[in-house]
Amino acid sequence: MTATADRPALGDLTRDNASLRRFLHGLPGVDQVGAEGRAASLATRSIKTTAKAWAIDMAIRMVDLTTLEGADTPGKVRSLCAKALRPDPSDLSVPPVAAVCVYPDLVATAVEALRGSSVQVASVATAFPSGRASLETKLHDVRDAVAAGAGEIDMVIDRGAFLAGRYLQVYDEIVATKAACDDAHLKVILETGELATLDNARRASWLALLAGGDFIKTSTGKVTPAATPPVALVMLQAARDFADLSGELRGVKLAGGIRAEKEAVRYLVMVNEVAGEQWLDPALFRFGASSLLNDLLLQRHKLATGSYDGPDYVTVD
Amino acid sequence: MSARFDYAPAPESRETARVKPSYQIFVGGKFRDGSGEAVKTINPADEAPIAEVAEAGPADVDDAIAAARKAAPRWAALPGRTRGKYLFRIARAIQERGRELAVLESLDNGKPIREARDVDVPISAAHFFYYAGWADKVQHAGFGPNPKPIGVAGQIIPWNFPLLMAAWKIAPALACGNTVVLKPAETTPLTALVLAEIIAEADVPPGVVNILAGGPDIGRAIVEHDGIDKIAFTGSTEVGKIIQRTLAGTGTRLSLELGGKAANIVFDDAPLDQAVEGIVNGIFFNQGQVCCAGSRLLVQESIEDELIEALKRRLATLRVGDPLDKNTDVGAINSAAQLARIRELTDSGEAEGATRWSPPCDLPDRGYWFAPTVFTGVSQAHRIAREEIFGPVLSVLTFRTPDEAIEKANNTPYGLSAGVWTDKGSRILSMANRLRAGVVWANTFNRFDPTAPFGGYKESGFGREGGRHGLEAYLDVH
Repeated sequence: MTATADRPALGDLTRDNASLRRFLHGLPGVDQVGAEGRAASLATRSIKTTAKAWAIDMAIRMVDLTTLEGADTPGKVRSLCAKALRPDPSDLSVPPVAAVCVYPDLVATAVEALRGSSVQVASVATAFPSGRASLETKLHDVRDAVAAGAGEIDMVIDRGAFLAGRYLQVYDEIVATKAACDDAHLKVILETGELATLDNARRASWLALLAGGDFIKTSTGKVTPAATPPVALVMLQAARDFADLSGELRGVKLAGGIRAEKEAVRYLVMVNEVAGEQWLDPALFRFGASSLLNDLLLQRHKLATGSYDGPDYVTVD
Repeated sequence: MSARFDYAPAPESRETARVKPSYQIFVGGKFRDGSGEAVKTINPADEAPIAEVAEAGPADVDDAIAAARKAAPRWAALPGRTRGKYLFRIARAIQERGRELAVLESLDNGKPIREARDVDVPISAAHFFYYAGWADKVQHAGFGPNPKPIGVAGQIIPWNFPLLMAAWKIAPALACGNTVVLKPAETTPLTALVLAEIIAEADVPPGVVNILAGGPDIGRAIVEHDGIDKIAFTGSTEVGKIIQRTLAGTGTRLSLELGGKAANIVFDDAPLDQAVEGIVNGIFFNQGQVCCAGSRLLVQESIEDELIEALKRRLATLRVGDPLDKNTDVGAINSAAQLARIRELTDSGEAEGATRWSPPCDLPDRGYWFAPTVFTGVSQAHRIAREEIFGPVLSVLTFRTPDEAIEKANNTPYGLSAGVWTDKGSRILSMANRLRAGVVWANTFNRFDPTAPFGGYKESGFGREGGRHGLEAYLDVH
């Protein structure tokens, strides 16, 4: 299942920490000013009418509808699942979202509510959001969620180990988590807000891809800054470059702080022009968000009817 | 749901430009029909006429220079802060009429509205704001305690950045207390004439700014006129040399900003994704019709294949077409004559054995269009490596060592700009010291700011525009 298993060229990179470090530090640097400029320039694309309608529906299909609060209850999760299946009860042409994302103890509730649908159940695990626990505890967390029926696991990397230069430790933890996932898809949260630099975002992306992550994900949503356009740019470039090298397409998930339809559409433009149009697919690109879906629905309705609904015309979950 | 994300057309409205049927020259504070021919200016994107322009004749040149001479003493005697007040007004009015100016510029020049809107107009306003700030501080600029203006400046500007070049010329001249007679290029007179409206509405005293639409004969009449104290010219090296010969021995001051054949140098430790953006911005910005365009890519041989592949992938995403569409990246070539020159030089590139490549793109049937083009396998001896193409055509050469990069980069009669891409700060500084170019960009390209001086070495001209240095061209400091 891991990308490196049958590829000795990539496998060699992870022989020891020094080899892995050499590879990650040998990646082309990221010029922050240039990356910010490119992201800003892509944001000036003007997406109107038919293109906007297409983008809104695609964005809805890419949402991982998320609730990650201490106050979450089975009732809250069931209500979120209903929303995920039928985002707009008054308009059946609105597609369902990609997944519902909850804490491990609520996976069973979500699985029950979503049974028989296309909507996946995703669960954060590995001592989310800090990741500050023993590996055994983290893996136990993952196995719990998988046993409860989660089809997707959102793990966090050990940012402390990454920043201390213990790349192989981070790599090994991702490999172990991937093994614990069984058939579940693994999304690797880099928490780029804590990694701070775009060079680190690129290195962490490659590290997660080499270790077999099915997705690389920006953030937990618990740290600011979360997903930003320059970080998304760098991660999309990593997914593209990894595909060039390995022939495998891996996904990118942006999470945290994306609330407006306009931002989501701008990110789709970035996906289209940086990674390529193959990534415009819920199997390869996701938005982790809670309030984004309602803005997508409001804007979808505005586009169809020419007038805005009030906030009471979308459901509050 | 269709499989593709096709961007629907997002055209900026042509009405925004408030195009008038005819435009007049601006002399002594009044708009009037020039005594030359009435010519139609056309939209290079579809060859349709936009408006008629009553061009200046020789008598108008006399009148404009006389008006500028008459206005000069009072303008120079105004307190600097009063001159600054007028410049601030002009800057604000450019911002207020920004959309109108951007659309008009795109129509007249063929450049994408995205660039006119995000580059030409805001930097034009920024130049006026910047030199407005200098107007009451020139005595502190390092040119002596009481530097005097030169007098009447004749200013001749090109068609690639019509409004921006007018701003580059007029703002420092006025700040220093000079009066001006400006001639925009024959194919792109409209935004300069709207700028004349803005200047009139700002209550700038009559005669301080005069704007004459016209062709090369009007330019020559200005250069040869004995009422002119200074000529500032931006344009081709060929015409620059003629002007310099004409003015030799006359005592008329001269500053020239001419052609270029800039090297954009990419080392193997460069931030590659950003370098690709810089290469694209360096040569396809404004369809490559930029005197400081990065028309020669010098790439370290060890990363040539990787970089060219990444560059081609990026070029495939460039959107070529309707300049008024907000999603267009590459617009039309400004004139039939320029298109013919680009074709002639690219044909020579193929004939001399370089390999030509363009991304697949559908060009419109009408108008002047040229697909973004990359030549690989170019050697220093090829014409496309030596002559300024002034179009969306990149010549790729390789180097092995920093010394070889310097040698090749400097091996040109020009010396306007250069770019260096590397993660190593010390290498940036050593390259910048050894490159014979007026502007050296590090890990960026074609970035303009009113505070940064701009100008050339060798056949790219002399004198600086922008920044504190830009004041010197309009002060009597010798």
